[in-house]
Amino acid sequence: MSIADVIASVCLIAGCFLCLTAGLGLIRFPDVLNRMHAATKPQVLGVLLVMTGAVIRLAGQPIVWMLVLVGVFQLLTAPVSAHMVSRIAYRRRHVRRDLLLVDELGKPADPLPSRPHPEHPEGDPDVDEPADGPDATPRTTS
Amino acid sequence: MTTVVPLVCFALLGVGAVLILARLARGPSLLDRVVATDALLVTIACGIAVYCAVYEDISLEPVLLVVALLAFVGSVSVARYIGGMLVSTADPADRGADADLAGRPDARREGTP
Repeated sequence: MSIADVIASVCLIAGCFLCLTAGLGLIRFPDVLNRMHAATKPQVLGVLLVMTGAVIRLAGQPIVWMLVLVGVFQLLTAPVSAHMVSRIAYRRRHVRRDLLLVDELGKPADPLPSRPHPEHPEGDPDVDEPADGPDATPRTTS
Repeated sequence: MTTVVPLVCFALLGVGAVLILARLARGPSLLDRVVATDALLVTIACGIAVYCAVYEDISLEPVLLVVALLAFVGSVSVARYIGGMLVSTADPADRGADADLAGRPDARREGTP
């Protein structure tokens, strides 16, 4: 067992451990944005670690470029899909507003957003009302 | 290399995949399921790569590329679909979101009736 095998093994096990942490975070975290935070750890770092381990292990084979291509594709596509999912989550109000410290797309109301309100320590109900993004469609009352 | 490392790797990946599948089954909203599907496909890709690396078998690497691209296409198309529902029917979409929150009592805000 050479030094390269040891390095490849460490990379593979670290990447697989990140997949386990994604599962734990998906189970434990409260809303969509928190779960995305947990689930995107193996999407970039985990895949890159596993691909690094596989490239070290398979060095010299003619098909190694495909592993590099998978890593590059993950780097390109993970931000795009995460951006779209989180944007839709904000507009569909799947975000727990009481857990947000700063809501830059909401109302520009509270001058001290991180300090708890003296009468409503759980969150000021006037400030904490869900607000859509700036380009949300106007709501029609039917 | 070919005894301990695949055992540890596949055990970690298997436990992670079971937890992700639990979120995929429980997930209160469609977006939770999209995020869980993304994570599950990444886990599958990691498993295929670990298999290729440990047993030095390169016959599965095109599958790896297909899985990595399929994750992107799937999550983006479902997100576009939900966004289209939001734009076309503004008011029922809000009621759907409220129904999602009502089915999940820990997501409801404290203090609201």
